Amino acid sequence: MAEVDYKALKNGGFMRQKQKNNFSLRLKVIGGNLTAEQIVTIANVSKKYGDGHVHLTSRQGVEIPFIKLGDIDAVKSELLDGGVHTGVCGPRVRTVTACQGSSICPSGCIDTYGLAVEISERYFGRELPHKFKFGVTGCQNNCLKAEENDLGVKGGYLIQWEKDSCVFCNVCAKACRTNAITVLEDRLEVNESKCNNCGRCVKSCPSGSWKGKPSYVLSFGGTFGNRIARGKEILPIVTDKETLFRVADAAVDFFAEYAKSGERFRTAIDRAGWDALQKALEAASHA
Amino acid sequence: MPEYPVDESVDITDVVCPVTFVKAKVAMEELEEGQVISIRMNEGEPVQNVPRSIKDEGHQILKLIDNKDGTCSLIVRKGREDA
Repeated sequence: MAEVDYKALKNGGFMRQKQKNNFSLRLKVIGGNLTAEQIVTIANVSKKYGDGHVHLTSRQGVEIPFIKLGDIDAVKSELLDGGVHTGVCGPRVRTVTACQGSSICPSGCIDTYGLAVEISERYFGRELPHKFKFGVTGCQNNCLKAEENDLGVKGGYLIQWEKDSCVFCNVCAKACRTNAITVLEDRLEVNESKCNNCGRCVKSCPSGSWKGKPSYVLSFGGTFGNRIARGKEILPIVTDKETLFRVADAAVDFFAEYAKSGERFRTAIDRAGWDALQKALEAASHA
Repeated sequence: MPEYPVDESVDITDVVCPVTFVKAKVAMEELEEGQVISIRMNEGEPVQNVPRSIKDEGHQILKLIDNKDGTCSLIVRKGREDA
């Protein structure tokens, strides 16, 4: 048999197991969503080529363990027929994770899955100095843990109050967890330094007097493996997707330019300087 | 509360989430459409969440009164059954 290119296999999502000639095959999943048809395909492949079980990974992915070296082509083709693609490992953009977001969850402020698909189409598999993870969470509840990603996106609302329809019921002031809203005799006062864009005023308002523009709170440089560091919010809230992608491009470019091979985004930022990153991101956001 | 004559009242300060909403919902089911109920709830989680759930059920929230004793009273008019 020809010499096995383990690196190429790993790039294609085949993770070498401790059991010789067995691979745990990583699948491509976006935002933790799979169709019923995809799940059936995965189940069939697991039964036919694996040992009949799958592993749900820590980042919403699926791996099929105990795939034999000789079956790799057959496995890939059967998966593809069922609409399932293989994932990636190594120094590149990984699975884009997402919570269910505004299309399913009452708390969601943004369409997390739609955004995760767009991010994945733009960046998934891109070669970089080291792994790079995107995560998209729909609101401040942060079920998807945005700040543990190299680039985290957290949905929020940019809020605006409309006096005409307001019944001054006081619900928003109590729903607000940061006490940013004060109900006065003839108007509402918002302490913008306290507002964290959670959108609970919008969601709770019985008269629709709070309008919320879906927006993105971005965090950079999060990592939660060997090193644990929380991603930092160094930009004001972003209110449109075009700006979001310009900023994300700038972040990825910054990583590609400044990181040494095998170095995570966080370490690269720490060395190159947070000011330099902030400058690059601000320039991109104003472009 | 002369401003809001209520037909019924319920106290949900003796239960915790998610029973708070359940108890309020059960009380609302006893009402006729258009009747007004006062729901007394604790500050914190209940007052942050129950009003929104009541609204999502299709009822009309009229006022949230701060009782200044760590509780609030939510004044709600019952919406249509099929709302």
